[in-house]
Amino acid sequence: MIWIDTLVQGVLLGGLYALFAAGLSLVFGVMRLVNLAHGDLIVLAAFVILSVATALNLNPFVAAVIAIPVMFAVGWVLQTYLLNRVLGDDILPPLLVTFGLSVVIQNGLLELFSADSRKLTAGSIEAESVSLGGVTVGVMPLLTFVSAVLVIFALNQIFYRTKLGRAFRATSDDREAVGLMGIRPNNVFAIATGIAMVVATIAALYLGIRANFDPSIGPARLLYAFEAVIIGGLGSLWGTLAGGVIIGVSQALGAAINPEWQILSGHVAFVVVLLVRPRGLFPRSKD
Amino acid sequence: MSILTLKSVSKSFGALKVTDNVSLDVEAGEALGIIGPNGAGKSTLFNLIAGNIKPDAGQVLLEGVDVTQRSPMERVHAGVGRSFQIPQPFNHLSVFENLMVAAQFGGEHRGHEAGTFCMSILSETGLASCAQDLAGGLSLLQRKRLELARAMATSPKLILLDEIAGGLTDGECVDLIKTIRNIHSQGTSIIWIEHVLHALNSVVDRLMVLNFGRKLMVGRVDDVMNAPAVREIYLGIEV
Repeated sequence: MIWIDTLVQGVLLGGLYALFAAGLSLVFGVMRLVNLAHGDLIVLAAFVILSVATALNLNPFVAAVIAIPVMFAVGWVLQTYLLNRVLGDDILPPLLVTFGLSVVIQNGLLELFSADSRKLTAGSIEAESVSLGGVTVGVMPLLTFVSAVLVIFALNQIFYRTKLGRAFRATSDDREAVGLMGIRPNNVFAIATGIAMVVATIAALYLGIRANFDPSIGPARLLYAFEAVIIGGLGSLWGTLAGGVIIGVSQALGAAINPEWQILSGHVAFVVVLLVRPRGLFPRSKD
Repeated sequence: MSILTLKSVSKSFGALKVTDNVSLDVEAGEALGIIGPNGAGKSTLFNLIAGNIKPDAGQVLLEGVDVTQRSPMERVHAGVGRSFQIPQPFNHLSVFENLMVAAQFGGEHRGHEAGTFCMSILSETGLASCAQDLAGGLSLLQRKRLELARAMATSPKLILLDEIAGGLTDGECVDLIKTIRNIHSQGTSIIWIEHVLHALNSVVDRLMVLNFGRKLMVGRVDDVMNAPAVREIYLGIEV
């Protein structure tokens, strides 16, 4: 029974990792941009939620609703005025720029909020739990996982069912040809990064309620996000969810054997998947 | 009324003059063929018309409006559709979705109506049966048809076809000609660059001959094909 319990907790934790990764996966899928500042942008979003919640004395869930359009704007501006200038055939400039951005965000947050650990407090819901057929799970982890599934479902609907999604995929295929169809690739990219920041804000909400955060924890979140994307296979959003769950379950199992093994076993699972399936579990297609 | 007017358009790449003082009038509803040896500046002329490159001198007018400084996208919205010599479909989108992108962003079609419109173009261009297939898996003929269909989906008044018959078998070519003739009969103006002369000449009203970036002559198909200068330069026949 304890193993089933561990497994369930791991799956639910995987939801959080999938939320970290979904925005990264979206941006890579649309513009082949690896955003090294993604983890720091999640932490930035957490501080935005914290600031709104503190200033207006709001529950973090309500504060997140205000933070979401703010972060969409941040993503849009970031893409329009910075990242679009460096996107091109060479993949190195965007890598360097997002790496620099990561340093800037970390130090900017340090300057504004100091190095103190913060937390979002959501009240009694944090301690509540429900019983699912013999396994007791926390309401927050369950909510996190359900949110991850809904976010991935929504992103898939946008990607494969809407006009905007077709523009995303067409631009991803051929940046030059979409211009002749009346699409501006830079606008498409700005909207994609905006949506990625909306997802990052949802991830930040659950990250901030679950654990303490400070300006320096971004890169570690980026690592989990990367691993989830790669395990799932580049370009597959459901794969990203599966990748998050695999890391979550591995960490939970590792921790059950020996608490010191939690982080390590997640990374080991990543290496094992890469050895067996170098293209990830659900690669989009052979290209 | 002219759909397209070129006024003394010139373009150089370095010391090479690829388009040299070319003037041209294409009437609304007309089909014009462009022929000339490789390197004569045919595709460059399309790039100038579609707006991918800007001329060094001269003007490009669409329906009497000067569009010389307008972007390719603005010219798509002004009614210029283009198919490329080498097909560039969106490989990870279905054939239908390729058209939807063109119709919704290039042609201002909305919602349900856009879907119906795209299906009608797919039937017209013989692609209805593979509407749901990924464009990346199409045969050469199908890719050429898709290139044509996608240009059609932007609802152009003027369509530019760049060597669309090249590399096809005779049978495939006959089918494609039928489709193009059909598009022409519905009133769309066509400018068609082609080396497959029998295909070209069975559709177009007039021919223009380019050589070293210069307009050698323009006129009725028979007159141009029988002109000694054209036979010598383009067909390599001694006269």
